[in-house]
Amino acid sequence: MPTFVRTEKCDGCHGRDKPACMHICPHDLMLLDRDGLLSGHAMKAFNQEPEQCWECYACVKVCPQDAIEVRHYADVVPLGASVQPSLGTDSIVWTIKFRNGKTKRFKFPIRTTIEGSVDPYAGKPDIVMSELEDDSRLFTHATHHCDMSQFVSS
Amino acid sequence: MTEHFEFGNPEIVEEEVDILLIGGGMACCGAAFEVMRWAESTGLKVKLVDKAAMERSGAVAQGLSAINTYMGENDPADYVRYVRNDLMGIVREDLIYDVGRHVDDSVHNFEQWGLPIWKQPGDEDKTLVQGGKPVRSGRWQIMINGESYKRIVAEAAKKALGSENIQEHVFIVRLVTDRNDPTRVAGAAGFSVREHKLYIYKFKCCLLAAGGAVNVFRPRSVAEGTGRAWYPVWNAGSTYAMAAECGATMTMMENRFVPARFKDGYGPVGAWFLLFKAKAVNGLGEDYGAKYGDVIKDAARFGKYGQGIPGTCLRNHIMLNELKEGRGPIYIDTPGALARLAEKMTPQQINHLEAEAWEDFLDMTIAQAGIWAGENIEPDKTPSEIMPTEPYLLGSHAGCAGIWVSGPADIPGAPKEWQWGYNRMTTVKGLFTAGDGVGASGHKFSSGSHAEGRIAAKAMVKFALDNKDWKPELSRSADELVHEIYQPVKTFLQHKDYTTAIDINPHYITPKMLQFRLQKIMDEYCAGIATWYQTNAKMLEVCGNKLDMLKEDSLKMRAKDLHELLRAWENYHRIIAAECHMQHIRFRQETRYPGYYYRMDYNFIDDENWKCFVNSQYDRETLKWKLWKQPYVQLVKD
Repeated sequence: MPTFVRTEKCDGCHGRDKPACMHICPHDLMLLDRDGLLSGHAMKAFNQEPEQCWECYACVKVCPQDAIEVRHYADVVPLGASVQPSLGTDSIVWTIKFRNGKTKRFKFPIRTTIEGSVDPYAGKPDIVMSELEDDSRLFTHATHHCDMSQFVSS
Repeated sequence: MTEHFEFGNPEIVEEEVDILLIGGGMACCGAAFEVMRWAESTGLKVKLVDKAAMERSGAVAQGLSAINTYMGENDPADYVRYVRNDLMGIVREDLIYDVGRHVDDSVHNFEQWGLPIWKQPGDEDKTLVQGGKPVRSGRWQIMINGESYKRIVAEAAKKALGSENIQEHVFIVRLVTDRNDPTRVAGAAGFSVREHKLYIYKFKCCLLAAGGAVNVFRPRSVAEGTGRAWYPVWNAGSTYAMAAECGATMTMMENRFVPARFKDGYGPVGAWFLLFKAKAVNGLGEDYGAKYGDVIKDAARFGKYGQGIPGTCLRNHIMLNELKEGRGPIYIDTPGALARLAEKMTPQQINHLEAEAWEDFLDMTIAQAGIWAGENIEPDKTPSEIMPTEPYLLGSHAGCAGIWVSGPADIPGAPKEWQWGYNRMTTVKGLFTAGDGVGASGHKFSSGSHAEGRIAAKAMVKFALDNKDWKPELSRSADELVHEIYQPVKTFLQHKDYTTAIDINPHYITPKMLQFRLQKIMDEYCAGIATWYQTNAKMLEVCGNKLDMLKEDSLKMRAKDLHELLRAWENYHRIIAAECHMQHIRFRQETRYPGYYYRMDYNFIDDENWKCFVNSQYDRETLKWKLWKQPYVQLVKD
């Protein structure tokens, strides 16, 4: 299937132009069915091409309603298990349910800064336009030390 | 009266910029970071176009559990030696060295932007720049908490560019040459996958960095599991196809990558082998590497390459030998590895180790965790199968397919034929590439692709400034481009009512069926899994004939909506990438990469005749490929 959307939870992101799952899917799989003609469920999203799903979980992690889950590839994986994340601001919590009912839970850090706070040029050197000709350095002037005796022609 | 735009009648949006970035993955994010700093004082206009959303696009969309290229205490020359050995001796050492000397700065920036990088005990509070020692899983690899790796890198790129210079959900499908100079690119065209809009960009130069090629070969899982490719399923060979069709010289397109991974989910094995020191065993429980690994010592077949540290393909060869000899399946002994590690650990440390083992999957291949859960596999109790996958075409991971580019000007001993003025420019003026696009230069991985995007971006600024007064004029009209790009839509609208079943119609083929046909051809004739990666000249001739007809039929693809138009063009790109791969394998009369593919009529490595690059050029008018040998030159000492 792989991702599926829980009918009772999906609110179609209130009909916004960009439902979160539709916006984020790298493979253009999630589709908001505005009139319900495609899925039978109006104003709810669904995976329009499940056999192309990478199970990357981008839509699962981003869904504001926690409406998206994954039923792993039916042609490969026995039924009954689930792997479900909850993405926070600095960490992610995974709940893994085995086919035999056993569960495991893990929490991992995801970033050390606040989302949206990145300033890419903070503390970087000014540009020296004459260095545009110099292939040995980028604008940050942080080229690795190079042992030039390692070249055949050195 | 304003025109009403609808399916089949798109609005045409034309825009002129100085530099266009095509793609939104690690390479284009690196390019965005570098280019805007140089552009701010020059007034150059830059735009990035991504077929998806940058926050989760490209090969790192899902995250990663390691950064595979970080020099640290190593010299870039040693990195060249490692890549050269792994890719069987034929690589562009100038390009690899260039990545090596710049890559650490990309990693340092990732850490500054918020990527958590594992440190050695005692160094947890120090950054890499402050001297913090990373946890290495190998000489070149460092471990990270990489679930949000792409989001962090994309955030920096988006901040650098500004949202007004980013166009997401637009798929560029065609490069357009200059009206007055057919060896120069002047524009690119594509369509929105959301609105009825067709975009035509004109520019002085562009970075084509849209990933490698996946689902060209029939995958091992063919129903729902088709999507569970090892490399991202949305990498459709667009980089190779668009460059080739624009006349760019391609290089080493015979190369491919066949990763041996956890079976079915394609979870990473690197941490298991390198960090946890797990052993692979055959179905009899034997350490087959120790018992049968000397099959690669046969100098008549493998030359000097089987004598030292074997390249990845040769390790595959040993595994394939086991499977073909009937000693499968191959297991990775996870319980043994964890038990050995646990011997000297406290219960708390053992819990931490278990979490690390799961995180390795959850950060980058969640589907593998799904398989473990579905099959009740706990790694400390049950071993897992590993298996070589279907072939992939790529230039940034452990493969080196791609485009022939100009190298840096300052690498000692680099032949003058390897430089034509602008670093990472292809043989088409104004067309640059990076990441999976650059051929003969593998093992960049995520960090190296970012660094290479930066390298290309700097050279593009120079190109744009050197051509400040040049005005792009397209060799093809907007009408021609609309006609070509929207043809699958027209075909559908014209013929859809001919039959009562939307998918079965003699006037068209669905993109999905076309993809299945491509995969069947490549699998059965071009050394896919069906033949244990074996082929020969006759099989390749048959392959070529079938691909010719498939290419003809691609003009009859239908698109019933914008989503299918996306698939139609992705699959067209896959055909061109596949054809290039086939032509190169046909031309190279030896088996350079045993374990990745075998030319059974030349089943040996032939350094005397073939220690050279194979380059090619496609002629879009005649549909013919020209191939030739290009000398290899060693730059870094043995």
